[in-house]
Amino acid sequence: MATFFDINLFALFGQLLIGLINGSFYALLALGLAIIFGLLKIINFSQGALYMLGAFAAWIALNYLGISYWWALILVPLAVGAFGIVIERTLIRPIANEDHLYSLLLTFGIALILQGLFTHWYGSSGLSYAMPEALKGGTRLPFMYLPNYRAWIIVFSLLVCACTWFMIEKTRLGAYLRAGTENAQLMQAFGINVPLLVTLTYGFGVGLAGLAGVLAAPIYTVSPDMGSNILIVVFAIVVIGGMGSIGGAIITGLAMGIVEGLTKYFYPEASNTVIFLVMVLVLLIKPAGLFGKEA
Amino acid sequence: MYNKKLNLVLLGLALIAPFILYPVFLMKVLCFALFACAFNLLLGFAGLLSFGHAVFLGSGAYVTGYVMVTYGLTPELGILAGVVMSALIGLIYGKLAVRREGIYFAMVTLALAQLAFFFFLQSPFTGGEDGLQGIPRGNLFGLIDLTDNLTMYYFVLAVFIIGFLTIYRTVHSPFGQVMKAIRENEPRAISLGYKVNQYKLMAFVLSATLAGLAGSTKALVFQLASLTDVHWFMSGEVVLMTLLGGMGTIWGPVIGAATIVSMQNFLASGPLANYIHVLMGVVFVICVLAFRNGLVGELQKVIRKNSS
Repeated sequence: MATFFDINLFALFGQLLIGLINGSFYALLALGLAIIFGLLKIINFSQGALYMLGAFAAWIALNYLGISYWWALILVPLAVGAFGIVIERTLIRPIANEDHLYSLLLTFGIALILQGLFTHWYGSSGLSYAMPEALKGGTRLPFMYLPNYRAWIIVFSLLVCACTWFMIEKTRLGAYLRAGTENAQLMQAFGINVPLLVTLTYGFGVGLAGLAGVLAAPIYTVSPDMGSNILIVVFAIVVIGGMGSIGGAIITGLAMGIVEGLTKYFYPEASNTVIFLVMVLVLLIKPAGLFGKEA
Repeated sequence: MYNKKLNLVLLGLALIAPFILYPVFLMKVLCFALFACAFNLLLGFAGLLSFGHAVFLGSGAYVTGYVMVTYGLTPELGILAGVVMSALIGLIYGKLAVRREGIYFAMVTLALAQLAFFFFLQSPFTGGEDGLQGIPRGNLFGLIDLTDNLTMYYFVLAVFIIGFLTIYRTVHSPFGQVMKAIRENEPRAISLGYKVNQYKLMAFVLSATLAGLAGSTKALVFQLASLTDVHWFMSGEVVLMTLLGGMGTIWGPVIGAATIVSMQNFLASGPLANYIHVLMGVVFVICVLAFRNGLVGELQKVIRKNSS
């Protein structure tokens, strides 16, 4: 076994890999939150529940409808996004002009409903999703064993994050989105259909959560409370990073995953709490968040 | 004059209530009513949404339970210990949370509460998943035995009234006025020379202290302190109680707590037992969409309309 200064490299890289995978999920969810927040100015408390919905949708698609993982990867985010669009149009839109506190409470209520329904239908113990054939097995690297599926999660979610970043920062549609973030009213005056943009943004942000859910299904247990646990961590990450920048959300998500992985290796007792402690530290040193602009 | 009469009637009702309804149920209502009132002090009057208030309820309950079990203290000292701990945690968490505003404040408090949740889950003294069981109720001031539910009820009622009057007094004090000013227009309050963050912190600590009082009392009533008390779900529940009853009204949280606790009790034995969380979510959505002023707030509106 390769040891170096009393460090078990095999175990260390193993934890780093897990950290990187968790970080990928954090990044996807934080990215969705940041995009939605940018235009709608609301914190989507149901982001975690929709991530859970994505995982369950993939499970149902495979086990009841025979839809494969690869199709689920495309169809489920679209379905979750469509579900989000319905929620935005029917529930969030009517109270868009009220205090943003209410929309936060509304999305919390939606999260409770979804989590409650799935607990009732599938119990709280959780289900397992069969690993797709093509991604079974792994590669033996000199310092660690890399399961193919885990490598796939990291590569694919990074790709999605990068594409989203590119779309928002470099394309015309992204320019509209950024302009809307700055001043939606002015943009409306320029003849851009802001309500449509808002709806699509919400659908897209929520779709990212659905996608993360599909990705998570084969490696985590698909259970009703998978969303709420991860969401609170993602909130801490959003506080650490600040929601001002899209790139910031992605980087903070990944970095916190790695921090968590390292903690699991060096001091496992604190691995649950380390991200919250980092948040405390950031609040003390730079209250606006690492990438935050506002005071 | 009218209000004084109403209060006397309510007090009378509270005094005879345990002869009509099950005392443990009433005590549960009173504990949650106090918890919701404490929460409302922060949300309704200072405009700060804390999504982690369960941590104060829970730490009050755990500390009271622990000192009662381990040192065999009298209940009033046990409660004092729990309340002091909640106040301390409130001071630390408040100092951190007031550094951010609006929805960030909600996220920070939720994350800090989760930190505390893991602490209580992993600490050896809390009994992990089982919680602290068999907490003795003890003898109040070493004299009055609280084992009997009826005696305990009057003690809980007294605690509730003390907490409620503290909140009432605070809201109607100059400090309360400043709190409301911050809620309505923070920049203006700053420009008038108020140190806004200090006021927010004071409101936070006071709210945490009273939530701790509710938790400590609850631990004695049920002789149990468990992870349910510190779970994020509890934080959501108190938001719902306050929202349903009416944010920023004096009686709203009491009505909200009574409604939710009754609903839970009623449903727990019925065919809808599995749907409690779903129904709570539905109530949330309905409240937000249809009546944001809550039960008491809407009632006040109707009365005002009729009188004018």
